[in-house]
Amino acid sequence: MTDKVDIAALAKLARLEISPEEMSTLEKELPEILSFVDAVQKASAGTEHVVPSLRNVTRPDTDPIETGTFTEKVLAVAPARDGDRIAVKQVISRNKKS
Amino acid sequence: MNLDTLTIAEARRALDAKEYSALDLTNAYLDAIAKKDPDIHAYLEVWADSARAEATAADAMIAAGKSQPLTGIPLAIKDNILIDGRIASSASKMLENYRASYDATVIKKLKAQGAVFLGRTNMDEFAMGSSTENSAFGPTKNPLDTSRVPGGSSGGSAAAVAAGLALAALGSDTGGSIRQPASHCGLTGLKPTYGAVSRFGLMPMGSSLDQIGPLTRTIDDARTLFEAIRGHDDNDSTSSPDDLYPVRPLRRIVGVPRAFVSSGVEPDVLALYDATLERLKAAGYELRDVEMHNLPFSLPVYYIVCPAEVSTNLARYDGVRYGLHVPAGTVNESYEKTRAAGFGPETRRRIILGTFVLSSGYADAYYRKARAVRDIIRADFETAFSQVDCIAMPTAPGPAFKIGEKTSDPLAMYAEDIFSVTANLAGVPAISIPSGTVVRDGKNLPVGFQLIAPHGGEDILFTIGSGVEKL
Repeated sequence: MTDKVDIAALAKLARLEISPEEMSTLEKELPEILSFVDAVQKASAGTEHVVPSLRNVTRPDTDPIETGTFTEKVLAVAPARDGDRIAVKQVISRNKKS
Repeated sequence: MNLDTLTIAEARRALDAKEYSALDLTNAYLDAIAKKDPDIHAYLEVWADSARAEATAADAMIAAGKSQPLTGIPLAIKDNILIDGRIASSASKMLENYRASYDATVIKKLKAQGAVFLGRTNMDEFAMGSSTENSAFGPTKNPLDTSRVPGGSSGGSAAAVAAGLALAALGSDTGGSIRQPASHCGLTGLKPTYGAVSRFGLMPMGSSLDQIGPLTRTIDDARTLFEAIRGHDDNDSTSSPDDLYPVRPLRRIVGVPRAFVSSGVEPDVLALYDATLERLKAAGYELRDVEMHNLPFSLPVYYIVCPAEVSTNLARYDGVRYGLHVPAGTVNESYEKTRAAGFGPETRRRIILGTFVLSSGYADAYYRKARAVRDIIRADFETAFSQVDCIAMPTAPGPAFKIGEKTSDPLAMYAEDIFSVTANLAGVPAISIPSGTVVRDGKNLPVGFQLIAPHGGEDILFTIGSGVEKL
């Protein structure tokens, strides 16, 4: 079922840059690991998952935290800040290429 | 005081009797760390100044007659548990300089008791591994034989306690990461029932599997530390209400999954397991064979479910809100470069594996199938527990192995977890107790005996485990 694994495509999905050397290692290792875990196919279970004994775990939305209480603490560990915000590279580009 | 044999129980007695102060005790551990840890590398960081301040505060509590079970007790904390203002790196370059913004719930509880935090301990990066060799900051050595691993992923915590560099330690267990190092270092290690201990402030690895638990010298000490950290927490929606599971009467019957245990375990480890069972029998326990046909699927199921959860959980490390940040031209390039620079090889391997088993076209055959098989493994446990109090297995297939022996073969390393992952998949509590030694290269190496109980059955583990401990 898994003789060929497209490591480059998976790396892109996982937002992970992978060197050519590691790529060839993973191309060898991943099929080995997958052929080991493939043993689950032999188990007498379908793919249906029954969630047993459900209970509500949502707590009442009381005592809201006042805005700003943790702002400095959270920003203190951010790589870059802009005022009271975490600074991020522009995500959506106006640059239309097509 | 002899740090090589001291227990929480004995230290508690001596502290309350004012035979020595909490500051004396903490200083003794700090001296031992300075002397011995350069050869062991159990700690990534030692907090000498704050530990002394905490010990002094504990002495004031004791003097005021407000002593609690862990007041003044020096502990080591695994590097994936947050302490406000302290670096918590998960032994990863990704979080090398990350300072926690808040206390984990377990830390809050320990602080309230006046416990002393000696430092943070080495581990496999993000708790992925069985040897502590996956740390970005170098491996920890087994104090009983420094050419061998202490086990993992809580290897630093185990080595610290075994070497007398902490009285007890916290670890985390996703597939055996407390019990297997306890086995390899001759300690008691408890993985509590899923939901018994809050995961708030524990860096998530496999969120449906992770639990924080104690590594100690004795079962009595494990119980003390477990009682201190357990309990429902509003900040963790997967933590259980305290009365969720019924108390089961003890029938004095121990289940033996013979066919599963006999496969893939070293002969002298199996002999020790059988000898321990015989001693339980002599102590009045009935041994009963239990059929658990789906247990052999546990390891394959684990190595689908765990990487799947890893790949989603570790998506948070993107260099935006905290941790390592590698600048690049676009936000996507920055993610990719940050994650490439921050994650080590095993972490990257599991992220890729998890991404595959969750990917469109393969999720049915791998992730969803594994989840369904996990359900029938859990059902096997429920059936077994209708007849027996607990199930006995070895903790690991062998004793501590040599440093470097398994690093180039991921499947050989994963095989270490064959007996321990079962309890995490079922969400049930399990304990590893020292059960004797086997000889490798002329050295006596400890081997653990594992007991697994129904949900909420920690007391069963302590009771039957004490039987094993005293035998």
